Amino acid sequence: MLHRYLPMTEEDKQEMLKTIGVESIDELFSDIPESVRFKGEYNIKKAKSEPELMKELTELAAKNADLKRYTSFLGAGVYDHYVPVIVDHVISRSEFYTAYTPYQPEISQGELQAIFEFQTMICELTGMDVANSSMYDGGTALAEAAMLSAAHTKNKKVLVSKAVHPEYRDVLKTYAKGPGLEIVEIPFANGVTDLEALKAEMDEQVACVIVQYPNFFGQIEPLKEIEPIAHTGKSMFVVASNPLALGILTSPGQFGADIVVGDAQPFGIPTQFGGPHCGYFAVKSVLMRKIPGRLVGQTTDEEGRRGFVLTLQAREQHIRRDKATSNICSNQALNALAASVAMTALGKRGVKEMATMNIQKALYAKKAFMENGFEVPFTGPFFNEFVVKLNKPVKEVNKQLLEKGIIGGYDLGRDYPELENHMLVAVTELRTKEEIDMLVKELGDSHA
Amino acid sequence: MRKDQPLIFEISKPGRIGYSLPELDVPSVDIEEVIPADYIRTEEPELPEVSELDIMRHYTALSKRNHGVDSGFYPLGSCTMKYNPKVNENVARLSGFTHIHPLQPEETVQGALELMYDLQEHLKEITGMDAVTLQPAAGAHGEWTGLMMIRAYHEANGDYNRTKVIVPDSAHGTNPASATVAGFETVTVKSNEDGLVDLEDLKRVVGPDTAALMLTNPNTLGLFEENILEMAKIVHEAGGKLYYDGANLNAVLSKARPGDMGFDVVHLNLHKTFTGPHGGGGPGSGPVGVKAELIPFLPKPVVSKGENGYYLDYDRPQSIGRVKPFYGNFGINVRAYTYIRSMGPDGLKAVTEYAVLNANYMMRRLAEYYDLPYDRHCKHEFVLSGKRQKKLGVRTLDIAKRLLDFGYHPPTIYFPLIVEECMMIEPTETESKETLDAFIDAMIQIAKEAEENPEIVQEAPHTTVVKRLDETTAARKPILRYQKQQ
Repeated sequence: MLHRYLPMTEEDKQEMLKTIGVESIDELFSDIPESVRFKGEYNIKKAKSEPELMKELTELAAKNADLKRYTSFLGAGVYDHYVPVIVDHVISRSEFYTAYTPYQPEISQGELQAIFEFQTMICELTGMDVANSSMYDGGTALAEAAMLSAAHTKNKKVLVSKAVHPEYRDVLKTYAKGPGLEIVEIPFANGVTDLEALKAEMDEQVACVIVQYPNFFGQIEPLKEIEPIAHTGKSMFVVASNPLALGILTSPGQFGADIVVGDAQPFGIPTQFGGPHCGYFAVKSVLMRKIPGRLVGQTTDEEGRRGFVLTLQAREQHIRRDKATSNICSNQALNALAASVAMTALGKRGVKEMATMNIQKALYAKKAFMENGFEVPFTGPFFNEFVVKLNKPVKEVNKQLLEKGIIGGYDLGRDYPELENHMLVAVTELRTKEEIDMLVKELGDSHA
Repeated sequence: MRKDQPLIFEISKPGRIGYSLPELDVPSVDIEEVIPADYIRTEEPELPEVSELDIMRHYTALSKRNHGVDSGFYPLGSCTMKYNPKVNENVARLSGFTHIHPLQPEETVQGALELMYDLQEHLKEITGMDAVTLQPAAGAHGEWTGLMMIRAYHEANGDYNRTKVIVPDSAHGTNPASATVAGFETVTVKSNEDGLVDLEDLKRVVGPDTAALMLTNPNTLGLFEENILEMAKIVHEAGGKLYYDGANLNAVLSKARPGDMGFDVVHLNLHKTFTGPHGGGGPGSGPVGVKAELIPFLPKPVVSKGENGYYLDYDRPQSIGRVKPFYGNFGINVRAYTYIRSMGPDGLKAVTEYAVLNANYMMRRLAEYYDLPYDRHCKHEFVLSGKRQKKLGVRTLDIAKRLLDFGYHPPTIYFPLIVEECMMIEPTETESKETLDAFIDAMIQIAKEAEENPEIVQEAPHTTVVKRLDETTAARKPILRYQKQQ
């Protein structure tokens, strides 16, 4: 058949069959037993030409309310941020996006160096010694952190704050079934991990304590107070962190975290319905040889020239098979590249400026809500999200907002029965004063 | 050719910026007033300070030091390095797909849910399974998801003693690693002299403790496991489940479906068979398909179709739970869907036919110059052994490095582990005969060089931006990040 992706001509085909010594292509499939042979063609949609398909899928995409047409105050782990335009130009270089994992370093120096730079930037932001080349997302990175802690401490009890993203905790619970980890959730008080409850659960059996910084409610967890509790016995201290917030906040490494994980989505990666995003994983050097995933290291070639290779591969599945520290193979390399470009474009100054702007705008929004008579239940310091109490179901309110072109905040009642009618509002640097005022006004109207 | 490329940190200079943020339009508050002093960073992260042109030149230079499918032939076995259609990229960048939030109300993302649902339906038909989840992020993640479902299935039957997963000695490394993460012990089943699973050995290792057999078909030698129905019978009679590693699905599209071969669970690598680009190591997408009796255990939520449109079904009491935040690597699934719709049923059939034709053609032409350990029709890939060249002092690694001088990405080497000095070659269907012939000529020339002038092969590559790199020192004294010179 003629197809733009299939270059073989009839003449080529005949010549090749002759070389092979068979009459037809069918003969090459003679080893598939008749009883399992699929006859005919798949019952799927017929092929469409490029312009027809582009038209159909453009229309399908237009059925979605996208954040370029709507004003969004939805965060909850995925944020609508400024993506420097050059990010897409760089990741569209097909030498990057059509390459496989860099197994042949001599012709993969570009990718390897880019990952080495990514690892460095993640270390800088998190205050850790070693970062890997990426994980699938923040949720699976967090689950792997728990498994690494369990393997390292030979303990099975994992304490996780209820102020950690509910979907991350869900993923953790699924992973925990494999190695048989016991997951204990620590309640929160005033929007941050309840330290007394945490102390009460600490014992010699704890593998790690996991908190999020800023946490799911946007609140800044008191890592300084949590760290000494978390380090009772052999227990490890795991912090899940929004790397953008670390442009202004003291790094978890500085507070003594052993493992820092999270999602680099705020750096140059669009929301795209939840994936692909970009998990990261950073550790103190003592855990270097146990970290999951790929690591790029610097070395030299035969002539002493600097170069980069995949290294410490004895940890990985293709070498160690069932003894590997993780089963991860493909990760999120291209998104790590996108995050690197965004972190580079923002740079030392821009990361701080953007993080600060998030705090300023969210603060303005919170004040506006309070001035309009809304209750804001959690009173601690926060990053770019905060919780507002409404007097009717969030779902209902969001429906009304949608009519005004606004995508409202997250309905916390979905995960926390005690927070029914509470909305988690995210305000990034992209939201204008005008948009914030409009949200407060619309909510005020429905609040009355 | 050989020129050092500075790190982005090494071209950084205070006073330069590469971003453009809006002015603050709300009253500015002193951060020290709202964040406690201990929590305000005192040491700034050492991120680069560069202009936009600096960035573009840096990454353009890096891209030139990288080989992708668009740069040249990439016959990396088991990786299916076919052409990545450009229309996929355009579709994935449509605003309605790129800029939607996963937690938006369902009624505002009907287009996205429709696409996911329709992709699931297409994959069901292609694999012969009864339901598909798009949640797993990559192949290995799909393997673990599938095994967790098998585990949940056995446990739901009160069957808690099925602790073992059987894996052939030719299996991908992810298979045993995924089994471990899912809490199983791995048992290896041997291959016979024909390169297929040894049925007698399978009968020996299978038993009441068998949870599943994981199998790639065709296997990593590129050979179809002809006895698949008998294997399925052995495993099923023992109460185990059959798991299909879909890495090699490109070999059997429209020819044989895992569901018809007796498999209960299958994962696909959408970034292989269905042209999601590999991205230099991801993101991928690893959907999992299951037979009816495993449907209750699918990860939640499940994308479903109801009277009022598409929705996310969370009411799944027997679900293994979530395997990933949100709903999978949607952006990659959009690309795969675009590809399937570009090919249609006849197109997908042609894909496999040409992939297999190309592999057999290369195998026959190269058999004269390299050892062919399994002399029968291959499927989409085949293995050669560099045994003959090894006797001349030329290793498979040397051959791979010499191929770099010809502008090719080498085949997968030293895998599968059961073939000495292995080279695993997968041409894919998107390559022309001219490309295949040129690669074959290069391989023939290298075979001759091994006899006449082995040094040129042993010392390769000669034309790349770096020569062979010291991997031993890299692992012994790891340098995993840049440190600013004090």
